[in-house]
This record gives sequence, structure tokens and C-alpha cells, in this order.
Amino acid sequence: MSHSLDAYLILAGILFSIGTFGFLARRNAISMLMSIELMLNAVNLTIIAFGAFIPTLKVQGSVIALIVLAVAAAEATVGLSIVIAIYRNRKTPLVDEYDTMRD
Amino acid sequence: MAIPDALPFINLRWDDLLFIILSTVLVGSGLLVVTLRDIIRCGLAMMVCFAALAGLYALVGAPLVAAAQVLVYIGAISVLVLFAIMLTQTKAAPARLVFQTQALPAAIAAAVLGLLIALTVGATNWNAVAAPIRTGTAILARVLFDQFVLPFEIVSVLLLAAVIGGIFLAKREEDGPA
Repeated sequence: MSHSLDAYLILAGILFSIGTFGFLARRNAISMLMSIELMLNAVNLTIIAFGAFIPTLKVQGSVIALIVLAVAAAEATVGLSIVIAIYRNRKTPLVDEYDTMRD
Repeated sequence: MAIPDALPFINLRWDDLLFIILSTVLVGSGLLVVTLRDIIRCGLAMMVCFAALAGLYALVGAPLVAAAQVLVYIGAISVLVLFAIMLTQTKAAPARLVFQTQALPAAIAAAVLGLLIALTVGATNWNAVAAPIRTGTAILARVLFDQFVLPFEIVSVLLLAAVIGGIFLAKREEDGPA
């Protein structure tokens, strides 16, 4: 099981769907960011699995995964500071109460 | 006495046993992240999830990425998320409704997405090899700092820009014209 690419890909697919559900269903902005992190990690698992099981990719899979890791860190920083900045203005972390532009 | 190749009685390889344990932990804690009521616990479940993922990276033969996962995700991003949670939560928040009204359609959509991914994976021939190829740290460093040195430098500039942007966005506005 651990020697088959399919198992890793399906596992990553499950993790990605969990992240999708969290992003669509949660009300809290930080929960939504955490769901995005889950989805990013699922994609990273896919990249690593491809790098390990496709001989022509080899090392490049790990290189791409490391770069994705750094970009994910940058994304988390900016996303969380945006949430904190909005919270300072609106006094709520719930996204369905961010409705100023509706009026 | 040598350790046997496979688990006695049920003939399960050690790799497979580890894979089953880690993937169960991964999926279970992932579900906890999106369903738990208390958002601090969501953050802690997210750390468990990242740890299981680091274990999977090590299992599939990418030890340096596993180490980077522990450092970056468990060490940095999770702490950042926990700080953001503590800065933005009011006491009333956990008692209120956690999900949007569209939670049920979202669950159905996510299940369909997962099913589609599984079907696609099963129907495709990836030309994969029988056992994972291990990526040693030495060869990875050679490729990263030789062939991919430009992307590496661009990522460092991106991180610097993200740090400056983060500070600028989150800093408190001063009274009067800035």
C-alpha cells in the first residue's frame, strides 16, 4: 500500500476535499485560512508522491515542494494579517458579517 | 535476533502499517480541523495533521522536505495561526453557529470532488515505479543550489516582501493623517 502511487494520490484527494469543505462551510475567516492550508498541503503531498514514484521527476519533485512550502508560508503571513486588519475595523472574525459593500 | 520483514500473523509490511497509521491520523485530524466547534482546538488539530503529513513525507523518501515541514508548518505557520486566533476571537464566538447555511451543499460538493479525484486516479496509468525512490539530502541540495538557484533566490525575495507586507497590513493605524 505504501508502495503504490495511487494510495498517496487518493489520500491527497481526500485531504483536498476536506479542505474544500472547510473553506466553503466555515464562518470564521481563520478557519477558512486553515482549510486553505490543508488544501496546500494536499497538493504538496501530491507533488512529493509524484517525485518519489515517477523516475523522470526524481529530485525536482522535492525542489518544487520546498518552494511551495516557502510560498505557503508567505501566503499564511499575508492572509492572517489581512484577517487581523479586517478584525480591527469590524470587530468580528465571521465572514458573513463582512457585508459593508452590500448596502 | 533480526526484526522480521513484515508484521507477524497478518503479513503486513512495516511500511504499510506506518502508512495506514499516518493516513488515519491525517484524515482524522483533518476532519477535526473543519468540524470542531472551538477554534483553538481546530488549530491544535491542524498541528497534528501537519505532523502526520511530515511522517508521510519521510515514509515516501523525502526526509529534507519532512524536516522543512516540521520547521515551517508545525513551528512557524501553526504558531502564527494560533496567535491570530487569540487576537481575533471574542468569548461569544465559540458558542455561536460554526457553519454557514450552505454547509450541507458544501459537504456534498466536497464529497463529489473527492470521488472524482479518486476515480481519475484509479483510471489513469501513471507509469509509476514499484517502490518509492528516496531523495537524499546531498543530491537535493546539489540540484537546488545549482539548477534551481534562481527560483530559490526569488522565493527569498518573496518571503521578504511577505514579511514587510504583513507588518504593514497588521500594524495599528496612527490617529490623524499618517
